[in-house]
Amino acid sequence: MAEKSWLTDIPEMDRSSLLQLRKTMDGAYRDFSREYGDSIEAFFDPLLTFLIWFEKLLLNSPWWLVLGVIAGLAYAASRSAKLTIGVAVSLVVVGYFGMWDDTMRTMSIITVCTLISIVLGIPIGIAMARSNRVQSTVTPMLDIMQTMPAFVYLIPVVMLLGIGRIPGVIAVVIYAIPPVIRLTNLGIRLVDKEVLEAATAYGANPRQRLLGVQLPLAMPTIMAGINQTIMMALAMVVIASMIGVKGLGQPVLKSITNQYFTIGLLNGLAIVVLAIIFDRVSQAYGKRTQAHLGGGHE
Amino acid sequence: MSNSDVLIQVKDLYKVFGDKPESVMPMVKAGKSKDEILAETGHTVGLKEIDLEINRGEIFVIMGLSGSGKSTLIRHFNRLIEPTAGEIIVEGTDVMKLNTKELEQFRRHKMSMVFQRFGLMPHYTVLDNVAYGLKIQGVDKSVREQKAVEWLETVGLKGYEEQYPNQLSGGQQQRVGLARALCTDAEILLMDEAFSALDPLIRSEMQDQLIELQHKLNKTIIFITHDLDEALRLGDRIAILKDGLLVQQGEPEEILLNPADEYVEAFVKDVNRARALTVETVMKEPEHRITAETIGEALKEMKRGAYDYGHVVDDSGSYQGTVTQEWLEEEAKGGNADSTWEEADLTETTTITSDAVLETVIPETLEADHPIPVVDEEGQLQGELSRSSLAEVLVDSSETESESVENQKV
Ligand SMILES: Nc1ncnc2c1ncn2[C@@H]1O[C@H](COP(=O)(O)OP(=O)(O)OP(=O)(O)O)[C@@H](O)[C@H]1O
Ligand SMILES: [Mg+2]
Repeated sequence: MAEKSWLTDIPEMDRSSLLQLRKTMDGAYRDFSREYGDSIEAFFDPLLTFLIWFEKLLLNSPWWLVLGVIAGLAYAASRSAKLTIGVAVSLVVVGYFGMWDDTMRTMSIITVCTLISIVLGIPIGIAMARSNRVQSTVTPMLDIMQTMPAFVYLIPVVMLLGIGRIPGVIAVVIYAIPPVIRLTNLGIRLVDKEVLEAATAYGANPRQRLLGVQLPLAMPTIMAGINQTIMMALAMVVIASMIGVKGLGQPVLKSITNQYFTIGLLNGLAIVVLAIIFDRVSQAYGKRTQAHLGGGHE
Repeated sequence: MSNSDVLIQVKDLYKVFGDKPESVMPMVKAGKSKDEILAETGHTVGLKEIDLEINRGEIFVIMGLSGSGKSTLIRHFNRLIEPTAGEIIVEGTDVMKLNTKELEQFRRHKMSMVFQRFGLMPHYTVLDNVAYGLKIQGVDKSVREQKAVEWLETVGLKGYEEQYPNQLSGGQQQRVGLARALCTDAEILLMDEAFSALDPLIRSEMQDQLIELQHKLNKTIIFITHDLDEALRLGDRIAILKDGLLVQQGEPEEILLNPADEYVEAFVKDVNRARALTVETVMKEPEHRITAETIGEALKEMKRGAYDYGHVVDDSGSYQGTVTQEWLEEEAKGGNADSTWEEADLTETTTITSDAVLETVIPETLEADHPIPVVDEEGQLQGELSRSSLAEVLVDSSETESESVENQKV
């Protein structure tokens, strides 16, 4: 059985060609990053400045002020005293266990990533809802973004931009943006045909239809997408910490290598606390603002 | 009733649904049936060879079974659906030639629409819903809200301004839909099965309200329904669609009394004619007009013509009363042969008007010994309604059908 046959073994590219392919692609990408790395970094500079500013703001303000603002936002969004107290108490507990600073760092990066995802994702979702062609091009890309292991797209990002906050943000956004895009598209497509037809019949132009009917009626679905996006961004925190994003992820990473069970657990729980806060507040906000949407047609 | 001031013209309109409608057009024009075309090409023929003229100020009803193309047709008037071929001309403007901007303006100002499932914006208050058309036009908030309040009051929903649609009953929601349509002052109102989702009582209330509003506003209304009773009640003219083809159009009586084919006949069969027809369609010319001025002369006139009753009219044709030979003879015997009608104290007889619904005059007609006179508002004698002519139209149409079948056999 010395002879190989395509019946027993899958036909393979020979080793030298494979090596050649790898070399060419890596080389091309390296050249690309050498050529454009700086200008791309410059492009992201404003974002970096903002990220640092926001993180400093959260870290340098007195803890009670930050806590007050967060509780205030939670109340403004949910109008629920119970929820607001819950948010405040859990943050105090997290702080008491010495994780305040890391929590603030994580919170700042999650907030920024979520905002970027919304700002980019909703327009993409709208474009998908408008055209079947765009939808059928974007959908497979989203599938890839969600299934490709996060470590794989960390590589080119790190090659391009090195280690730091910006590549972290990019990685998190790539991983977290699909739900908001998908659900914006879905929400708009599911808007009651007759309501949209009514808008058209009264002479609404595409902009009036989008802002007056489609987006407001798709809002519950879009909110669900934003909620999922936040959850996925939080799930990326540990992975992002591998490329230098500071926050709750780094202690977790350290405790894996050093087998510090308690530290890992505590930081993990802090991430869970953040997740619950974001989730409950955004859901309560969604429910409150869409009180009239349910059962519009009996 | 219908003057010939044509507002909307539909010329040779075709609509084929599918990927390549153009390619199917030759088959459609060659007269292949809807089913054949669907089986062979996968295209659905929505409308075929539609020619219509709708007059200003009339309620034009389009009727047909489910799937006959009613919604497709009404959506062509404001181009929510693009035709495959044909023209739609509204007040001389070819709607098909409007560009996007012009079409938006046309929809804003010329037509408004009421939907079967209401089509209200669930996230707007009732007030904002009614003001929606004006908001789209860019009218100031205070102005449009003031108008919306007025229209809400007109449809009987005062006090509901701040409610949301899902807090209202179906009937109330459709009133909001109606107010929204009226709020833009558009001349043409498109109503696609507007009352079909409502239960019968609310439905007939809404019909009454629409009729009442129409008396005041004199809009041009295109009303879709699959219910003939509704069509007869509202329609000045009715068009009947079958598989995308217009099988008959005309005034309600025409359709009731002369259905064009079995399809229309099947529609018409179950209609309560007594409720659908008015005296006008059934009454005949008065057979015996008595123009004599005294009882004696009238008696002579009657004997000469050998009839036993007559309607007395004066020189101007104004109805005075109805007399029978018996009564005249009695009066003459009593020595009143020379008295004029005033002196003779003509007995009052019931009269009916030509716009009365047949149902309401059945008792009078059956009680009277002679045909009862139809008199208009000025007191002029217009005609008479006899028991036999009433019976003739009220006989169930299915019976007449079987009769005619029997006659054919003989
Ligand atoms: N978008 C579409 N694509 C394909 N076929 C369609 C489309 N819209 C309507 N049709 C077809 O056109 C025909 C007429 O439909 P339409 O909705 O106008 O009927 P209708 O008379 O309004 O019925 P209903 O009383 O049920 O509302 C039907 O055979 C339907 O299947
Ligand atoms: Mg329909």
